Amino acid sequence: MSSKSHSLRSALGKARCLGSAKDGTHHWWLQRVTAIALIPLTIWFVASLIALAGHDYAAFMNWFGQPINATVMILFLAVAFHHAQLGMQVVIEDYVSSHGWRTAINLLVKFACYALAALSIISILTIALGA
Amino acid sequence: MPTHNRPLSPHLQVYRLPLTALMSITHRITGIGLTIGTLLLTWWVTAAAYGVASFEQAQGFLGSWIGLLLLFGFSFALFFHLFNGVRHLFWDFGRYFELHETRRADIAVLVAAAALTVVVWVMALGG
Repeated sequence: MSSKSHSLRSALGKARCLGSAKDGTHHWWLQRVTAIALIPLTIWFVASLIALAGHDYAAFMNWFGQPINATVMILFLAVAFHHAQLGMQVVIEDYVSSHGWRTAINLLVKFACYALAALSIISILTIALGA
Repeated sequence: MPTHNRPLSPHLQVYRLPLTALMSITHRITGIGLTIGTLLLTWWVTAAAYGVASFEQAQGFLGSWIGLLLLFGFSFALFFHLFNGVRHLFWDFGRYFELHETRRADIAVLVAAAALTVVVWVMALGG
C-alpha cells in the first residue's frame, strides 16, 4: 500500500499501536503471564489439597503455618483471582451487548474478585502468623 | 453488488459444532465455573482462619454429597482449563493450528483432564 493508504487510522494512532481498545496487548499479555504462572501454582495447590484431604483442622493449620506453604498459597490466590477477573472481563464484553449493563457487571465481577482475593489472602496470613 | 455466493456464518442452531469449537466454549464455561468456585475456596480458608468450629462446618458441607459433587466438577473444570490453557499457549506461539493437530490436541486435553481427575480423587480418597 502507498503512504496515502485507505486506512482511516491516523499516523499517531498507528505509531502508538494501541488499537481500538486503547490498551494494545496489555490485557492479552497479562492473561498469558498469569496463565503461565498458574501452571506450577495450580499443580502445587492440587498437591496440597491431596495432602490435606481426610485430615483435620490441626493439619490444615500446620500446613499453612509453614511460611513456604503460606507464600505459595498466597501467590496462587493472588494470581488466580487476577486471571479470573481478566477472563471474566472478556466473557462479559463478548456477551453483554448493552453498554450500561456491560460496565456494571464488569465492575461488580472485578470488585467481587478483589474482595475475595483480599479475604482469602488475609485468612492465610492470619493462619500463617498466628501459628 | 450481488449478495449470492457470499460465505454465510454458521448458525448455531443448525451447524454441528466441531469438537475444537466445543472445546473453545467449554474453556470459557469452565473459566466461569472456576471463578464461581473461588467462593467455596474463599469460604474454606476463611473458615479455617476463624477457628475450628467454622472450619468443621465448611468441611462438613464439602464432605456432603452436594459438596463432593461440586468439588468433583471443580476438579475436572480445573484440569480441563489447565490443559486446554496450555494448548492455547501453544496456539499463541503459532503452533498446532492444522486441523489434524487440533483434533489430536482436543482428544489429548480431554483424556488428560479426565485421567488427572480420576488420579487426584483416588489419591485424595485413598490417602
